[in-house]
Amino acid sequence: MTTVPRKPFDKSQVWLRTVLLLLTGVTLYTLMQLSAPDLDQKLALMADNFRLMFSESHFKHLTLLEGLYGIAITLSLAIQTTLIGALGALMLGLLAARNLAPHWLTSIIKSFVALIRAIPTILWVLIFAVSAGLGSTAAVIGMTFHTVSYLTKSYSESFEEIEPGVIEALRGCGARWWQIVFQAVLPTSLHPILSWTFIRFEINFLNAVAMGAAAGAGGIGFDLFMAGGHYLDFREVGMITYLIIAVSMILESSSIQLKKRLEL
Amino acid sequence: MQPVEQTNLFFRQRRWSSLLGFVLIGLLSLGSAWLTEFDSVRAVTSFLKALNWLFTRFHPTVESLAKLPKIGEKMAETILMAITATMMAAGISMVLAIIGSQTTRVNSFFGTISRGLASVLRNVPVIGWALILQFSFGQGMITGLLALLFGTTGYLTRAFIETIDGSSDSSVEALRASGANYLHVIRHAVLPSSLPQMMSWILYMIETNVRDATLVGILTGSGIGFLFELYYKGSYYNHASLIVLVIILVVIGIETLSNQIRRIIL
Repeated sequence: MTTVPRKPFDKSQVWLRTVLLLLTGVTLYTLMQLSAPDLDQKLALMADNFRLMFSESHFKHLTLLEGLYGIAITLSLAIQTTLIGALGALMLGLLAARNLAPHWLTSIIKSFVALIRAIPTILWVLIFAVSAGLGSTAAVIGMTFHTVSYLTKSYSESFEEIEPGVIEALRGCGARWWQIVFQAVLPTSLHPILSWTFIRFEINFLNAVAMGAAAGAGGIGFDLFMAGGHYLDFREVGMITYLIIAVSMILESSSIQLKKRLEL
Repeated sequence: MQPVEQTNLFFRQRRWSSLLGFVLIGLLSLGSAWLTEFDSVRAVTSFLKALNWLFTRFHPTVESLAKLPKIGEKMAETILMAITATMMAAGISMVLAIIGSQTTRVNSFFGTISRGLASVLRNVPVIGWALILQFSFGQGMITGLLALLFGTTGYLTRAFIETIDGSSDSSVEALRASGANYLHVIRHAVLPSSLPQMMSWILYMIETNVRDATLVGILTGSGIGFLFELYYKGSYYNHASLIVLVIILVVIGIETLSNQIRRIIL
């Protein structure tokens, strides 16, 4: 067997390995610190619970119709959040795109949305619930924050991908900023905008489920919380989980379909 | 047809289709507002009230600084939990992705099973996993860890499959043509070409999981989420605001660090 000469020193490889090693080390340390008495028994219990949950799922405190009503509420929360968020993000996104706004403005907006994104959605919702009261209003406002931040980032990146020649040509013809935006920027980036918005809608559906469970926003998330945390009925939890999986799988595949059709 | 007429027709069609789009969106928002009993007037007024409250009342005081060591301890616990869940998920996802990818799958049957499993894992919200796992593990860190692990496995498997499919087509073919066996192909073609991109996904998931761990913590009574809930329910808003500040620092710190690492390894 011939020996292959060693590859020359590669900075990126060294970094990759160091980070990987470091993270693995942290993981092993945490796992060793974690005290888990009779873990194997609990894992067996988990497997058994899973089996009951998904093979004997039923509706007990809830009817199918009420479950679907819960889904409709949660979807509505997601729709409202996505629409309000998209509207806000469209304006901020235009001001955050380097080819459409002065440099100082784009960096201010970009850091501002990064700051908003750093705070978890649930904390935004709870913060707004202090004055708005727990419920759908606080949930929509709180979830909108993350949506605006996420969409501003993705919209502005799509705007920045527009060919510089197009904008220059329009500017050369004496077009105003608004005319450039409405005649060139928005029409050419319509497809990425639609596809990002739909992806965010998908995320917002799952977020709305979580806010229903943890922040009293109602909908199927609240039903899930009642079945799991209040009635302790895991067969019903299984049934509600099936409903949520079905809806979010439909959303996921329609998002993939939409993406495919827009790319054609 | 005259060119002018053609242009007019084009603009007329465009106007109609955008009008149709606006009407649809309008109906959608009205319908959903009606369902959730969303009151837009109240939303605006309470939004302004909340902003006012946020700036005048929601800030740490000298007293709340005394809570900093405790907050730091819980934050560290949360970060460790996020890293551990992500790394364990990455290990599982690596196997699932190799089985599920078009380029490296053993056969289409296992491929479909692997992708189906990933799809189920990621389409149950993290909070759903937390509620389900509470039945077996009760309140505590293990429930949170497993809830994050399940969701992350779903996401990373999808991301890893896309990475493998996107980056290692030609090298896999070249190695296969030279007679390398399956494990050799994985070890010398698939892993080297997709590892940097996978690392980038892992870093992204760690950041996401620090935020999700807060949510899971509120429900399972662990980490920084538990502490926030404690101060929040007790109306110790100054302490709670300190937690928010710490989370902002940590998340932005992790984001900056991962961007630096990404710049080097990609």
